[in-house]
Amino acid sequence: MFAVAERGLDRVFGQRLNPFYHLGALSFLSFWIIAASGLYLYIFFETSISGAYPSIEELTHGQWYLGGILRSLHRYASGAMVITAVLHLLREFSLDRLRGSHWYSWFTGVPLLWLLVASGISGYWLVWDQLAQFVAVISAEWLDWLPIFTDPMSRNFINAAAVSDRFFSLLAFLHIGIPLALLLLMFVHIQRMTEARSNPPRGLALGTLASFIVLSLAWPALSQAPADLDFAVGSVDLDWFYLAIYPLVDRWSPGAAWLLAAGVTTVVAILPWLPPGRRGPAAVVNLENCNGCGRCFADCPYDAVTMQPRTDGASFAEEAVVADDLCARCGICVGACPTATPFRRASELVAGIELPALTVHDLRERIQGKTEGLDGEGRVLVVSCRERPRVAESAGVVAVELPCVGMLPPPFVDFVLSRRLADGVMLAGCSDCDCRYRFGNDWMDARVAGERDPALRARVPRERLDRYWESRPARSATAARLERFREALKSLGPYQRNAAATPTREVRDGAD
Amino acid sequence: MTSGVQKSGSAGRVGQWLGQAVAYALFMGCVGYFATSPAYQHTAPDQAMLKLTISHPGQSREACRERSAEELAGMPPNMRAPMDCPRERSPVTVELRLDDQQLFNAALAPSGLHSDGPASLYRRFSVPVGTHQLLMRLNDSVREPQLWHEARRQLDLKPGQIVVVDFDSPSREFLIH
Repeated sequence: MFAVAERGLDRVFGQRLNPFYHLGALSFLSFWIIAASGLYLYIFFETSISGAYPSIEELTHGQWYLGGILRSLHRYASGAMVITAVLHLLREFSLDRLRGSHWYSWFTGVPLLWLLVASGISGYWLVWDQLAQFVAVISAEWLDWLPIFTDPMSRNFINAAAVSDRFFSLLAFLHIGIPLALLLLMFVHIQRMTEARSNPPRGLALGTLASFIVLSLAWPALSQAPADLDFAVGSVDLDWFYLAIYPLVDRWSPGAAWLLAAGVTTVVAILPWLPPGRRGPAAVVNLENCNGCGRCFADCPYDAVTMQPRTDGASFAEEAVVADDLCARCGICVGACPTATPFRRASELVAGIELPALTVHDLRERIQGKTEGLDGEGRVLVVSCRERPRVAESAGVVAVELPCVGMLPPPFVDFVLSRRLADGVMLAGCSDCDCRYRFGNDWMDARVAGERDPALRARVPRERLDRYWESRPARSATAARLERFREALKSLGPYQRNAAATPTREVRDGAD
Repeated sequence: MTSGVQKSGSAGRVGQWLGQAVAYALFMGCVGYFATSPAYQHTAPDQAMLKLTISHPGQSREACRERSAEELAGMPPNMRAPMDCPRERSPVTVELRLDDQQLFNAALAPSGLHSDGPASLYRRFSVPVGTHQLLMRLNDSVREPQLWHEARRQLDLKPGQIVVVDFDSPSREFLIH
């Protein structure tokens, strides 16, 4: 389902602006819209039983051009935040981005949802209309089921005389305090991400904001009739994003609703540790080949690599150290290592940092083995990310899979072409902004463009390299892409190394 | 040759813009609709609501007794209270009947680690509108099981009206709000 939606949105928005690749960042955007609009609303809000409802009515109708729009923005951005947060969770689940190094973000995301819902619920109380009355009564009944109150909380809402102005002061405090806790936890949620994207691209942010404003003008958020605790609420216009559980509390029982909420929360929270668990060994540093250059440290998307003082007496200042629990086993650090070059003439090719499940030596062997049987015109080696659909091999096309396309050290492209193992190389990875390991294709793009070390040498003809970033392409789309690439290669003819270009520099052990 | 949106002519661009507009409209339509719809019926139009809520400390489970001189002599001087009054309270038994049908009947345990706090209750009942006879009974002492505080009322309930049944501890009387 996600694949179909993503492909459709790719066509409409392009990969860079596809909202599905920015669900977390869109949640942040909604939060900031809610916070900014809430600040303004709070200036005019009266924290009293008699003043709350009229003050919001005045905001809504008396200054509809600003207060009314901001109130609507406040509400609709809140609803949108629930949608994007839940989609974000479902999508990460569908992509299995919750195990291993992802557990931290997943686990901290669960209480985030609770705080988000609590923030919204506390906001609905403040309006003190029929919906607020319903929310107050059902919330109190729900909380009364827990053995935490000596006197039932519901006794505070048995009639109008039981509610005091101090209650509204408490609510206002909660409606500010809980979102602040939410923001703090959002910050914690992204702590283990390097360069976490908490802002959507400008085009998407502006489009979303403009849509909120249009919605606010076309369909302004309004209060319902004022609360009256002497009469029961009849039909109420419910916000299903925040209050979906309330009918269950009302119709079932508070205990059953707690059981459901606690059960779902527990299951979701422990998902990262439920089978099937699949984790290979973490990246390992081979100190005899590590010169402490820090590129693996710079490129690791999860802060799993740190640079620490040298321990082996070598003349370099630092060495890379991998934290096993943070390592995602993506191999991006291997792609960043300057010693991971297949041209090396060492008896055994060992890079400064390696993924034990697929060493650089094994990768070279695998590529050489795969390309041996290639013949004819337009021979293509596809180096594909394991997270996307497998590329079908055919006559003239062989494929090698890596955990992430960012694991491929750029010299391998040079190696394949200069040794004429293939006429062209296709790098098939996740869509832009959707890399399973966050930066695999970004770093590869930058390396090919010569903007990031280790850069692809200038002598490598770029027309023989096709970067195909599409997370979930249709099989026919991949086949068509390959066919086009092969036709282009055929028109180029066999690869001829340009002697006038950058001379070949074969790298020996430990050298760049 | 990075994949992405194929840059075609102005027709393609217009199509993209239209597509984006549709996507935003669908998303915002979803946001706007579920922010208020569908409506939820909490109380049916032909129903009223009866709320039974009580917070009342039961009588002591055991009567106070006078300590003997020997007992007092064996106690530290600062703790020689002449009367020994056990803290534990009786459960509060509450019964509510509407038109001779039992709505509620339970013994409410006293709160607190030593069962010395008030017994509390909150229940709400949906009741058809119209005239009803209400009977409320409460017993708060295991030492006087035959002693019931009792009250009867006739209710003429309007649609949606909330009637609260409470018990006033100082006057030991039922209150109807």
